[in-house]
Amino acid sequence: MPKRIITSIQAIGHRTIDSIWRLGCAVRFFVLVFLKSTTSFLRFGLVIREIYFVGVLSLIIILVSGLFVGMVLGLQGYETLQKYGSESAVGTLVALSLVRELGPVMAALLFASRAGSAITAEIGLMKATEQLSAMAMMAVDPIARVVAPRFWAGVISMPLLAALFSVLGVFGGYLVAVVFIGVDEGSFWSSMQNAVDFRYDIVNGVIKSCFFGVAVTAIAVFEGFDAPPTAEGVSGATTRTVVTSALAILGLDFVLTSFMFRGVD
Amino acid sequence: MQRTIIDFWVGLFVMAGIGALLILGLKVGNLTSYNTGESYTLIGNFENIGGLKIRAPVRSAGVVVGRVTDIQFSLETYDAIVTMAINTHYRFPKDTFASILTSGLLGEQYIGLSPGGDEEMLAEGDKIMKTNSAMVLEEMIGRFLFDKAAED
Repeated sequence: MPKRIITSIQAIGHRTIDSIWRLGCAVRFFVLVFLKSTTSFLRFGLVIREIYFVGVLSLIIILVSGLFVGMVLGLQGYETLQKYGSESAVGTLVALSLVRELGPVMAALLFASRAGSAITAEIGLMKATEQLSAMAMMAVDPIARVVAPRFWAGVISMPLLAALFSVLGVFGGYLVAVVFIGVDEGSFWSSMQNAVDFRYDIVNGVIKSCFFGVAVTAIAVFEGFDAPPTAEGVSGATTRTVVTSALAILGLDFVLTSFMFRGVD
Repeated sequence: MQRTIIDFWVGLFVMAGIGALLILGLKVGNLTSYNTGESYTLIGNFENIGGLKIRAPVRSAGVVVGRVTDIQFSLETYDAIVTMAINTHYRFPKDTFASILTSGLLGEQYIGLSPGGDEEMLAEGDKIMKTNSAMVLEEMIGRFLFDKAAED
């Protein structure tokens, strides 16, 4: 009986040490990516190529989901607000919730599952097929050549995608509230413009999406680089990317929100 | 894929993203009424500010002329010091009256400026001498009940 207790305590200790060790690896890897990203800025073509794969090809899903999220917000907001006779505030509701929260968070979640998983799978497979080792053999640093361009492409794409998501969402809300239901167009836009502050709401949303971009791509490239070089290992790493990114986004969102939108309003 | 095609799509994507930020700033947000022209600060002491918040509008004749930038409690006079940033386009006479009003029955509170007839204008950092506090519902009800009791 005591032996079983000892082994279970050992298991807990083993897991803790393992996860802290992994965290240390991730931080060192992150610093290494930063130190070796000069090449990706000197040869910006590499980053542009990756922006095409993570940014441009994610556009469809980002734009369509933005539109539908905005339309649903418009519909639900109208349903509730019309009970209080303030259906003109639906513009405020749609714009504020999109710009502050839903735009950055939803875009980052979609980005993690669309682009983050692809980055992990690609780098993991490159490692499994020993392409990374081959590069190192030819004195080409795989972190500088493969990892850093993908990282910066994700960091650049994320705020742009979040902004596009918010704009399409506001357009979707406009479509439902003004065009379909018939809320007054003037009060829809003016109440929105009165409520949404550029510095306070929009800039904070952009800052949020920058943080999410760094978090998601850092997790994606680390998981890919750290994946066991087997088919099973790559699939596990891809799953971990999506799960860890989603948790990181939501946790980070709470922390950032509590710093940004505290006490003033 | 061809390098030029990739460049084209990425360029389009970046332009669309920056365009989206511009739309957010100009159409959704208040950037148009935000940075146009400089502003000057005015200070007003209010006995009670009710639910006035930072960034609340300052209106005159219903037109937004500025915003509340800071609210502090004064330890010398034991009242609230409200700092406002007023657009430089709008000048007000020295004897302007500032009162805290509510838009609609349950709406947000704002500062209403009613200009006086003085020749001299308020300048940067000046203090508005005549102020009127916010209406507090409890005080109003209390006064009403007191008046009722006095009538009987």
